[in-house]
Amino acid sequence: MAQDLKPSISSFSLPKTLKLKTKQQELLIRVATLALIYILAFITRLFSVLRYESMIHEFDPYFNYRTTLFLTRNGFAEFWNWFDSESWYPLGRIIGGTLYPGLMLTAAAIHSLLRFLRLFVHIREVCVLTAPFFASNTTLVAYFFAKEVWDSGAGIVAAALIAICPGYISRSVAGSYDNEGVAIFALLLTFYLFVKAVNTGSLAWALGSAFGYFYMVSAWGGYVFIINLVPLYVLVLLVTGRYSLRLYVAYNCMYVLGMLLAMQIRFVGFQHVQSGEHMAAMGVFFLLQVFFFLDWVRHLLSDTKLFQAFLKITVTTAVTVGAVALGLGMASGYISPWTGRFYSLLDPTYAKDHIPIIASVSEHQPTAWSSFMFDFHILLFLFPAGLYFCFKRLSDATIFLVMYGLTSMYFAGVMVRLILVATPAVCLISAIAVSATVKNLTRVVRAKSPAVQSGSTKGTSSAKGSSKGVIDNSQPFQRNGAIVLLLGAFYLLSRYAIHCTWVTSEAYSSPSIVLAARGAHGQRVIFDDYREAYFWLRQNTPPDAKVMSWWDYGYQITAMGNRTVIVDNNTWNNTHIATVGRAMSSYEDEAYEIMRSLDVDYVLVVFGGVTGYSSDDINKFLWMVRIGGGVFPVIKEPDYLVNGEYRVDKGAAPKMLNCLMYKLSYYRFGELTTEYGRPPGYDRARGVEIGNKDIKLEYLEEALTTQNWIVRIYKVKPPKNRW
Amino acid sequence: MSKLIFVFLAFIPLLCTSFSPERPSDRRVLVLLDDFAVKSSHSLFFNSLKSRGFDLHFHLADDPKIALQRYGQYLYDALILFSPTIERFGGSVDAAAILDFVDSGHDLIVAADSNASDLIREIAVECGVDFDEDPASMVVDHSGYAVSATEGDHTLIASDDFIKSDVILGSKKIEAPVLFQGIGHSLNPTNSLVLKALSASPSAFSANPKSKLTSPPSLTGSSISFVSVIQARNNARILISGSLSMFSNRFFRSGVQKAGSPTKHEKSGNEQFFTELSKWVFHERGHLKAVHMQHHKVGEANEPAIYRINDDLEFSVEIFEWSGTSWEPYVADDVQVQFYMMSPYVLKTLSTNGKGRYFTSFKVPDVYGVFQFKVEYEKLGYTSLSLSKQIPVRPFRHNEYERFIPAAYPYYGAAFSMMAGFFIFTAVHLYSK
Repeated sequence: MAQDLKPSISSFSLPKTLKLKTKQQELLIRVATLALIYILAFITRLFSVLRYESMIHEFDPYFNYRTTLFLTRNGFAEFWNWFDSESWYPLGRIIGGTLYPGLMLTAAAIHSLLRFLRLFVHIREVCVLTAPFFASNTTLVAYFFAKEVWDSGAGIVAAALIAICPGYISRSVAGSYDNEGVAIFALLLTFYLFVKAVNTGSLAWALGSAFGYFYMVSAWGGYVFIINLVPLYVLVLLVTGRYSLRLYVAYNCMYVLGMLLAMQIRFVGFQHVQSGEHMAAMGVFFLLQVFFFLDWVRHLLSDTKLFQAFLKITVTTAVTVGAVALGLGMASGYISPWTGRFYSLLDPTYAKDHIPIIASVSEHQPTAWSSFMFDFHILLFLFPAGLYFCFKRLSDATIFLVMYGLTSMYFAGVMVRLILVATPAVCLISAIAVSATVKNLTRVVRAKSPAVQSGSTKGTSSAKGSSKGVIDNSQPFQRNGAIVLLLGAFYLLSRYAIHCTWVTSEAYSSPSIVLAARGAHGQRVIFDDYREAYFWLRQNTPPDAKVMSWWDYGYQITAMGNRTVIVDNNTWNNTHIATVGRAMSSYEDEAYEIMRSLDVDYVLVVFGGVTGYSSDDINKFLWMVRIGGGVFPVIKEPDYLVNGEYRVDKGAAPKMLNCLMYKLSYYRFGELTTEYGRPPGYDRARGVEIGNKDIKLEYLEEALTTQNWIVRIYKVKPPKNRW
Repeated sequence: MSKLIFVFLAFIPLLCTSFSPERPSDRRVLVLLDDFAVKSSHSLFFNSLKSRGFDLHFHLADDPKIALQRYGQYLYDALILFSPTIERFGGSVDAAAILDFVDSGHDLIVAADSNASDLIREIAVECGVDFDEDPASMVVDHSGYAVSATEGDHTLIASDDFIKSDVILGSKKIEAPVLFQGIGHSLNPTNSLVLKALSASPSAFSANPKSKLTSPPSLTGSSISFVSVIQARNNARILISGSLSMFSNRFFRSGVQKAGSPTKHEKSGNEQFFTELSKWVFHERGHLKAVHMQHHKVGEANEPAIYRINDDLEFSVEIFEWSGTSWEPYVADDVQVQFYMMSPYVLKTLSTNGKGRYFTSFKVPDVYGVFQFKVEYEKLGYTSLSLSKQIPVRPFRHNEYERFIPAAYPYYGAAFSMMAGFFIFTAVHLYSK
């Protein structure tokens, strides 16, 4: 860039020192802005620490935390070979072979680095702050990515937008120690390095991209998105006649090395050559070889006709061989078919019909418009504008960005949680829109400024290759109009900033293990029932006690309660989960048999009827019935419904009123007055008076009900002594 | 499962001290009577207990001072209820307290009679025994009655239909029939623990002998039990009899001749029957303990925290039987161990060395998970042994697989020849012009 700049400096015949100073100033401002954004991205995610405390959030992060703790205590070899007998009793779980170790290794590496620097912090603090740290790093990658695709101005804007975008913050606040925290960084880094490799045709960048991909594979199952998007992109470039040697080098190097590296992750193993989801990448790889070969043959053959004939034969043969190989692989079972999760992404209704366990997860639901608005705010409108700019200046890089944006937006519409994947694309494309608009507008505004400055602006922009929007002086009030538009843009951006901060502080910084509500006088009320219950389990139950609960709470019980669970959030064994669902939806005596066969000592249910906490087990109960019924046909969903309606009051189905889950949730609840002016037994979460107030337990006894009744633990009685 | 072991383990020291030959007085028995006349009219039974070292405490059942426990400690090891008509116990004792007494591992002998009170019936019902609902009814047997001087109403019955168990009734055969006169009971079919120790003949029925039979009797035939025993899951033992007079000196001493049988016995079987049965109820016989449940890999001595699939292991457990004075080795050929995870993956019969040690060895199945060594030994008359020990089984570690497989040598060769070829090709391509 410096070389580019020199002629323009000399052409204006000003003192060199001053000009360089401007350049330095620009650099200084850019670096300072990036540094501020870097810090901003970190501190905006600290709301949760300030509001609550330095703690791990939600469900999955507890498993990640527990494994990280194990890793730092026992070393990598033990971690890699860890057989965990405390979860999935009595099956156990091979932790080392069934997780993506990237996150834990990252946190452990940061931890040992800090210790090496003589900073003795607890591993929990490292885990809590890993996601914000990687969010900060993501802003840098976003800057370089946008700079690669567009210009450095767009880079700054992209960094700023992604730093505070709620769609990303939702998964990367302090304490949200989940795979996605580092995976989005890895995803964007891989894409950036790949685009860089395509732009330069350099093996080095492609190698970097392969390593980025390796990191992504080690961190998150979402790597499947990369391994499908990149080949799709290559295919589009081939179809649109943009094939080049740069592309050939970039893709081949990235694919081959990335695949070999990814095979080192035990959980992924041979999937790259054996699973249907990865076959697109392999197909495109072979297609590229065919392309290259044809290119070479055309180079050798001067006769066009001969080449056309050769082309026909080659293409037909290649396609036939590919199809036969794929068919044979599929038929012999060597290539596994697509998994349910993959299907449910392509067909949003698939999971609902076939795999209740996927459909039961709230973050797998289709996205509502409101949550798009909530997570993207003005980016939702800037996104199409950015696409327009990208199409206007089509290059290999912008095509990639457009494809990334469009595919990820589609997936974001299918599943709520995939908004996360779309967020970087939306931010980048919006940044292009903002940057290009503002740049054009400022150019208009500054058009009547002294010629020197105008020239300098023009010189810089042309140097960056974004000479677009030629100023047309013929229109009247253009300058004023531009000022108004500029102000409008700044107003919108400031609204965006305000919205993001508000969303972060109000919606996304709640740990969900500690609940907060507004009291009658507007003060904050904290419900710490979960931790109370888990602590009780840790203190008051025998160390080998087995706790049965719905799988949502499995990770938390093992991590915080240190007790064995029957099922947990790693939903790999549907039958086992269905057994628990069956126990919960059976009558007490039938459930007792199931619980005895699983050696269950305690049953834990989550109940929101007193506090009005709506994501409790009664509201999840229909999923237990569906999942249980999916494996054990004795459980039928209509038995729990009245005219297709799910209710818990007097009009509820008899089976519903007497199933284990109902009894455990509402035991002794009929005596309790929850709200002034309501009858006793008024369920505040569902707003009805319960239908069965006289609940007697025969095979279980109440062991603990927490302060606000959110967690209720029951002890399974031993068999009757004299019968 | 583990709870059962805890209960069992907690139970063993209790038994050891109470049965300890050095301190036999530890075995304290509370006897509750309707009136003190029973003490002398049933003295033979009580004396047999005293001579075996039991410390009997006699109280009237409505004595307000009686208490089963003080400061959470039970004052007695066993309870004899010879108070069939009591409506309400004195002191803090009630049916629930007595059942708690049993559920915490203590033994109980209940003698009912016709006109048994609701309280006694309630205790019996809780133990799976249903007395005939008509309080005036007695068991009548017109073919199995005991021949006596006066032709009575055939309510005095001579029964010799004993439970077939040497452990419960002793190895010496009871020759003479046992005299019974009282109310009959049936066993609750849902209760799997209660057993008939002495049952009626097929011709017996339960009715009020003083009134005419208007409707078919509710209890008939051999479903009527005279004396029943229960061994609860915590190995507490209960004896329930439908007659108090069965224990009396008069019945113990009287001669017996069963109707239709030519042999006349000088002495009824009652004394032998109840002496032997009380030995069983008070754990002088048929009590097992299992200790030193151990397992380790073949060739090692220490118990590992985890096994690997396909490990070879050795398992052993020691089982002793209480002989009344000391722990003797228990010898049997039907003790089995299970290697269990939701279902038994390995089921092996243990061999014994005759000195109480049972052992076997087997290979851990090729399945990982949390397994249990389980010894579930339930044999008629003996206390049930239910031991389990949890042990996880892990898969191979990454470095426990074979490092080089002969079958893969072609692939190794392919990889290295490819590398060499690539190197040569590169060199030729770069440096030949």
